[in-house]
Formats: sequence, C-alpha cells, structure tokens
Amino acid sequence: MNARHVLRFLSTRLATVVLVLAVVSFLTYAVFVLLPANPAAAACGKPCTPERLATAQAFMGLDKGPVQQWWDFVVGIFAGRTYGAGAATIHCPAPCLGYSFQLRQPVTDLIAARFPVTASIAVGAAILWLAIGVAAGTVAAVRRGTALDRGLMVAAVTGVSAPSYLVGLLGILLFGFTLNMVPVSGYVPFATSPVDWAWHLVLPWCVLALLSAAIYARLTRAQMIEALGSDYARTARAKGLPEHRVVTRHALRNVTIPIVTLFGLDLGVLLGGAVITERVFSMPGLGSLLLDAVGSTDLPLVVGITVFSAALIVVANLVVDLVYGLLDPRVRA
Amino acid sequence: MTLDHAEELVAAPSSPGAAGPTRRETWWRVLRRDRFAFAGLVVVLLYVVVALTAPLLLDRLGVDPYTYHLDALDENGAPAGWGGGISAEHWFGVEPLTGRDLFAIVVLGSRASLAVGLGATALAVLVGTTLGVLAGYAGGWVDVLVSRVVDVLLGFPALVFMIALGAIVPLQFPHAPRILLLVVVIGLFGWTSIARVVRAQTLTLRSLGFVRASRGLGASPGHVVLRHVLPNLAATVVVFATISVPGAIGSEAALSFLGVGVQPPTPSWGRSIGDAVTWFSSDPMYLVFPGVALFGITLAFNAFGDGLRDALDPRAVRR
Repeated sequence: MNARHVLRFLSTRLATVVLVLAVVSFLTYAVFVLLPANPAAAACGKPCTPERLATAQAFMGLDKGPVQQWWDFVVGIFAGRTYGAGAATIHCPAPCLGYSFQLRQPVTDLIAARFPVTASIAVGAAILWLAIGVAAGTVAAVRRGTALDRGLMVAAVTGVSAPSYLVGLLGILLFGFTLNMVPVSGYVPFATSPVDWAWHLVLPWCVLALLSAAIYARLTRAQMIEALGSDYARTARAKGLPEHRVVTRHALRNVTIPIVTLFGLDLGVLLGGAVITERVFSMPGLGSLLLDAVGSTDLPLVVGITVFSAALIVVANLVVDLVYGLLDPRVRA
Repeated sequence: MTLDHAEELVAAPSSPGAAGPTRRETWWRVLRRDRFAFAGLVVVLLYVVVALTAPLLLDRLGVDPYTYHLDALDENGAPAGWGGGISAEHWFGVEPLTGRDLFAIVVLGSRASLAVGLGATALAVLVGTTLGVLAGYAGGWVDVLVSRVVDVLLGFPALVFMIALGAIVPLQFPHAPRILLLVVVIGLFGWTSIARVVRAQTLTLRSLGFVRASRGLGASPGHVVLRHVLPNLAATVVVFATISVPGAIGSEAALSFLGVGVQPPTPSWGRSIGDAVTWFSSDPMYLVFPGVALFGITLAFNAFGDGLRDALDPRAVRR
C-alpha cells in the first residue's frame, strides 16, 4: 500500500463525512426552523408588537429563508458570526454552533462546559464494557456448550433486556441508599479531585458497562465460535500451537474487526449525550443540557447539540474505518 | 451473523409450494424444543392477550387507572400501608400523590408499549424491506441513493433527535396522537439495518439460477420480486422483525421515561418509572411493578427472537 492509496481512501471517507454532516445539519435545521415554535416570539416579551417581533427575528437571523439560515449556521461554524447590527450586537466566535438567546451564551460554550461530564461517563464505561464483554464472550466461546457458557449467555440476554434506567435506579437504591457505599448523584471535575471524580462515576460506569457488555459478549461469542472453526485456526492447531495461543493470536484478531465497528458507533452515540444515565444519576452533561433545552424550547441550543452529536458519531465512524485499515490489510488494497 | 446464514437460507429449494410445510414443521419443532425461547413466546402471547383485553379485564375487576384514591395515601402523599399500599382492592398498590390504582396502570401500560413496539417495527420492516429489495434488485443509482440515505441516518444521533422531535412536534400538531408520533419517529429511525441485510440477500438471490431462469423466461421484475425474491427473504425478515421489537419497546419506554413520550394520563411503563425516580427511596414498589412488566416483555421477546433465529438457521441446529 502506498501513499496514493491512503490519500484516496482518506479523501473518499472525508467526502462521505462532509456529505453526512451537511445533510444532518440541514435536516435538523429544517425540522426545527419550519416548526412554528418561534424563538423570536418567545424572546419578544409580553406586549409583542409586530414591529418588535420583526426586529427580534431580524436580530436572530430568522427573517431569512430556511436555506439561507442553514448556510449562515454553517458559515458560523468556520468563521464565527455576529447577531444584530449597530450598538446591540452579539458576537459568536468560531466555531459558532449558534447562540442561545435564552441563556445568553454561545452554544459552543454551553457544550464545552458540559462535554467533560459526558466524556467521563462514556469513556470510562466504554473501557469497562469492552473488557468485560470481550472476555465473557471469549470464555463462553471456548467453553462452548458447558454450563458456564449457558450461564453467561442467559446473563447476557438478561442484560440486553434490562432498561439502563431501571438497573441504574436499583443500583442507587442498593449501593447508595441501603449500603451507603457510593454517592448517588452529582459530578466532581477531574481537576478538582481525581478520586472524588472516579468515586462519583463508579455507579454510572458499572450500570452502563454491564448492559452494553451483554451485547458485546453475545457478538464476541458468535464471532469467536466462527473463527475457532475456521481453516486458519485448524492450521494453527495442526502446527502444534496450544489452544490459548490459537485463541489469543489468531481468532481474537479476526474477532476484533466487527467489535471495533460496533464500539466506534456506540462510543460516538454515547459521547453525544448519555441522556438517560445523566438523568438517572443527576449528572450535568450534554444529555441533561439537551433535556433542559428541549424543556424550554431553546431551539438554537437543540440544533447545536444535535449537530455536535452527529459530528461525534460521524468522526467515530471515520476513526473506526481508519483502525479497520490497520487491523485488516485486505481493506487497504 | 444474519448476513452469513443468509446464503444457506436461500440455498434451500425454492419452489414455494413444495418446500413450505416440511420446512415450517422443522423450525417449529426446533423452537418447541428450545425451552427458553418457547417460554418467551408464551410470555409474549400472554402480554398480547392482556393488552387486547385490558379494558374488559379492568372493568371486570372494578379498577381503572384514572380515579384518584386520596384515602389510600398518607399525609406525605406516599401510599399508606405495606409495599406501596398493596391491598385486596389495589393488587400492586397505588401511585404516590394521586392514589391511582397501580395494577390498572401497569395492565393498561402494556397497550402503549406493544402498540409502539409492534407498530414501529412493522413500519421499519415495511420501509426497510421495500428499500432493501429495491436497492439490491435495481442496483445502479437507486442502490447508491438508498445507501447514502442509510449513511445519513446512521450519522443521526437518533435518541437526541427523537427527544427533540418528541418535545417540539406537539407544538405544531397539538392534537396528533402521541402513540402515532412515536411509531413514526421510532420506525423511521429503525429501518436501516433491515434494509442493509435485505439488500445483501437480494443481491445474492438475484444471481441464483432460479431467479435468472425466471428472468430469462421473460418474467417482469415485479413478478420475480413477488414470487421468487420476497418468499426467500421471509425467514430473515421475520427473524429481524422479532429481534427489533424489544428495541422499539425500549425506545418508547426511554422517551416516556424522559418525559417526551406517551403523555399523561395514558399509562406508560416508561413514564411511571420516570415518575418513580423521585419516590423510589420511600416507595420502591412504584418502580418495581412497571419495571418488571417492561423487563418481562423485553426479555421474552429477546428469548423468543434468539430461538427463532436459531430455529431458522440451519447451522445453529447442531448446537
């Protein structure tokens, strides 16, 4: 594989990324702008004369057509944008994801303030579930048909079926209120105290990880059984390789590919707002920001968060594709 | 997985009349032997019967989910008595603050759950199968277009978007039934994986002898799709639909839990669980009953779906 191939691979992937983001942002914009929950009317105040409404709309850039509004939004991301004219202007520096007229802050700042919380929840849980899921799935596949396998798989179906908020609430009830072992809500920044940070996150991590681990265990088991029955595994055994080496060296490497695909998608989605977990554990992350924005019909904030989440998903997919190329030489050809 | 055994499924003799009954007998026997899956099927049917007969059932028992029973509460608004106010009159106790009968709420909650779960899945299967067959059979720009739409939908933060829509659409259509809105929103986000699997299988089918023969004999595309492609996709689509239902049920419950799904006073398990958040340290039973009901239907569907997949997958029989 040479540099030209890498470049072509990258450029086609990047083109898809740009296309997807453009369409997602446009559709999001279209849906929320075309709906009549007019932010200008909300900001206009009680005696809302038509003139004042028109002024408010012009100030917010809502007097233009939907395509122009979307385009202003896109330009704002790269160049920043200014709302209003004359003395009362609001400047929103790039990358500007819009301006929340209700909170009087750029959406980018609001997201930046909340994102560390969501990232802490998502990344910690993801590491945990990947480790547990792949380990459990591998053990079940190697010990296929035994009581251990059956036990693990029944546990996995149960885990897949249990709603996360239910498990989370029961976890709070048991470990928080009854046993008084861990704090039941709130978030402490890592910079303030790493120990408190982790201590507050233990329960959300475990709850999220256990449920997702169930999905990964099922996938790993199915893939592993297939890999262990394949020709290359038989060849490896025929060479006299001990079984644990066949599993770790040969089978696991092939199992990695579908798992990385799923992992990238899941992590991307979770980073865009662990909405349910944040709600259950009262964590001030992106998900709770979204719920607040939705509750107060803060449309610029809703659009900004949606586009930001979409970007995370798309970037996660891109990273998966690149990792894919590293793991599987066939893709590069 | 589904993609892999697809080929073996379609490799079976495909004259619809001849292969039908014996094949059906085989998978039914396999499913019948799988106790976990069969139990799942029984539980699913039980829920469906309860959902269908809920009003009659509640009428016969003389309870309803709307009447306030303030006498069943203590001075703090929590249910009086043991286990969240369990009594001969209120089998599952009562709701805090209102004293509404929790048994009636849980029983009627099955309707919202199953209506959205089955409705959204039906919509997803319909859209996914249609577009998948179209993309796989027609190829060319149709295929490219469908694949791009799938790419875009996969890039959508579905839950985030559903929350936003669930909160904002009612401002536009205040009288639209929420259940219908949920069916449409969840269904339209759920069809992509079905479309991808169906597309891949259609591609395989199109190159098989009997399909090419039929086309060679001058059969129209519509005839080939209806008589040869769709019957051979049926097994995959049925399995996929069964596996999708718990996801759709979970989405409804999650949205209702977050307050943007089914609105009061229509009972919904997810919303009851959401309401229980503020009460569960003093009244855990308010969380437990709707929670168990939701967990039960999801587990039953998952167990049944797994068993059905194994039964329809020739390789899994050897397990």
